[in-house]
Amino acid sequence: MSSEGIDNSRRRFLTAATTVVGGAGVVAVAVPFLSSWNPSARAQSAGAPVEADISKLEPGQQIIVKWRGKPVWIVRRDEEALATLPKIVPELRDPGSDESIQPPYAKNEYRSIKPEYLIVIGICTHLGCSPSYRPEITADWMGGFFCPCHGSKFDFAGRVHSGVPAPTNLVIPPHRYVSESVVLIGEDGEA
Amino acid sequence: MSKSSDLMGWIDARFPLTKMWEEHLSKYYAPKNFNFWYFFGSLALLVLVIQIVTGIFLTMQYKPDGATAFASVEYIMRDVDWGWLIRYLHSTGASAFFIVVYLHMFRGLMYGSYQKPRELIWLFGMFIFLALMAEAFMGYLLPWGQMSYWGAQVIISLFGAIPVIGDDITLWIRGDFVISDATLNRFFALHVIAVPLILIMLVVMHILALHEVGSNNPDGIDIKKNKDENGIPLDGIPFHPYYSVKDIVGVVVFLMLFSVVVFFMPEMNGYFLEHANFVPANPFKTPEHIAPVWYFTPFYAILRAVPDKLIGVIGMFAAIIVLFLLPWFDRGKVRSIRYRSGAFKGLLIMFIISFIGLGYLGALPATEGRTLFARIFTIGYFGYFIGLWFISKNEKTKPVPERVTS
Repeated sequence: MSSEGIDNSRRRFLTAATTVVGGAGVVAVAVPFLSSWNPSARAQSAGAPVEADISKLEPGQQIIVKWRGKPVWIVRRDEEALATLPKIVPELRDPGSDESIQPPYAKNEYRSIKPEYLIVIGICTHLGCSPSYRPEITADWMGGFFCPCHGSKFDFAGRVHSGVPAPTNLVIPPHRYVSESVVLIGEDGEA
Repeated sequence: MSKSSDLMGWIDARFPLTKMWEEHLSKYYAPKNFNFWYFFGSLALLVLVIQIVTGIFLTMQYKPDGATAFASVEYIMRDVDWGWLIRYLHSTGASAFFIVVYLHMFRGLMYGSYQKPRELIWLFGMFIFLALMAEAFMGYLLPWGQMSYWGAQVIISLFGAIPVIGDDITLWIRGDFVISDATLNRFFALHVIAVPLILIMLVVMHILALHEVGSNNPDGIDIKKNKDENGIPLDGIPFHPYYSVKDIVGVVVFLMLFSVVVFFMPEMNGYFLEHANFVPANPFKTPEHIAPVWYFTPFYAILRAVPDKLIGVIGMFAAIIVLFLLPWFDRGKVRSIRYRSGAFKGLLIMFIISFIGLGYLGALPATEGRTLFARIFTIGYFGYFIGLWFISKNEKTKPVPERVTS
C-alpha cells in the first residue's frame, strides 16, 4: 500500500473524534455503576423520622433512640447542668455554634428548642465514635460528654471544648415536638 | 529428539513457554551477592498465594450479610472441619504480609533500589502497598466484630474531612447513613474480587519491570557493566536454580515462624486479631479504645498527632505520598548504604526510629505526653525525605567498587 495521498490531518481528526465519543460512552456507562453505591430506596426509607416519648425522663437522665441507624441522645438537663452552660464558654471552641451543624431553631445557647431537653446525635464529630454521658460535675469537669476514642470533650449542650481533636459541636438533628411528651426526630418543625 | 522435547517444541511453536521460562528464571541473571534482605520479595509472593488459597476457601463458608456475618465466622471456627486453621492462616497471613512487605521496602531504602533506572519498580511496589492496605482494611470489616465496625467507621469518616463534598462521599462509600449491611456487602466484593485482581496485575508489572532493568544488589552497582564474551554479566548467576533454591531456605524458615503464630498465638495478644473483635458489631456502643491493626498504627499515629482534622488526614495521606516520591527526593548517584555518607545513615536511622515509634504510639490510647512524642516522630518521618533531598545533592560518598563484593 502506498502512503501517498493519505490525509493525515483527516486521520488525526477521526482518531480524536472516535476517542472523544468512546470516552463519553465510558463516562456515561460509569454513571449507573457509581450510582449503585448510593443508599438504596430501602436504606432511604429506613431513614424516616422516629418518635420518642420523653414523658418518663427524669432530670439528669439520658435516653438513646435510633434514627437512621445513628444513636440520638435525649438528655433532660437539670438546673445544675444548665447553670454550667454560660460558665464553660471560655473553654469552648465554637460556643456560638457558628461552625457547627444544627437546625436554625437550635442555634442558641442551649442548642435546643426547650432549654431542658437536649436532642443531639451521639456521634463524635472527630471520627464518628460514640461519646459517653458524664453528668457528674467535679472540680475539673463541668459535666457533659467525653469521647473515649481520642479524648474529645463536649459540654451539656454538645459544644466542643477547645484543644481536643473534634472540630465542631455535636450535630443536632432536625426535630419537633408533636406534643408535650412526644418528640419527632428527623423532621423540621416550626420551632 | 525425545518425546518431551517434541512436546515442548509443539508448545513453543504455539506459546512462548520456553522463552518465558528462560527470560524470567533459567536465564535471568541476578547479582551473586544477594544477602538476607533479598528473601522478602519471594516471601511476599508466597504470602500472596497463601492469602488467595485460604481466602477462596473462606468464601465458601462465610456470609457477607450484616445479620449473619459474625456468626458465620464463628461457624467456620467451631463447626467447619479445619475451618479454624484456614481462618487463622488467613488472619495471620494478613499480618505476615505486612511484616514481609515492610522489610522488603526497608531493603529498598537501604540499597537505593528505587533509584534510577528502577523508579517504576518502586512505583508499582508502592501501588501494591496501597492495594494491600485497602485489601486489609476491607477484609477487617468482614468478621463484623466491634473493632471491624468501629475501625471502618473511623477510617470512612476520614473522607468526611474533605471540604464541601466530604459528607456525600462518606454516604456514597457506606451506601447507608451508617456502616451497615450495604457497606459490608460491597467491601466483601472489593475484598475478594476487585482488589485481588488489581493486586495480581500490579505484582506482574512489578516483576516485569524488575526483569527489564535487572535486580539491584547490596553494593548498589550495575552488574550489566561487566559482561563476558556471551553477554552474560560476570557477577550474575541464573535465578533458577541458584536463587530459587536459596529462596526455599527462606520459605522453610518463614513457614516455621508462621506456623508458630498460627498454632500457638494466632491472636498475637490482640495485635493480629484484636480482642474487641470477638464481640459482634454494635453501632450504639463504641469500644473504650479504638486502635487499628498494628500495620496501620504508624499512619494512624500521624493522623492523631495533628490537632486539626483536615490537616491530620492530609498528613496521613502525605506520609504515603512522600514514599511514592522517594526516587525523586533522593538526588544521589550512589545507591547502597555501604558507600553513602554518615548523614544518610543518620537520616535512615532517624526514619526507622520514627516509623517504629509511631507504630508503637498508634496502638496506644492518646495522652498528652504520647501526643508530644507522636509529633516528634512525625517530624522525624517527614524529616527523612526533606533531609534526603538536601544531603543527597552533594553527598560525600565512599568510592563504589567496579565489581560486587562478597
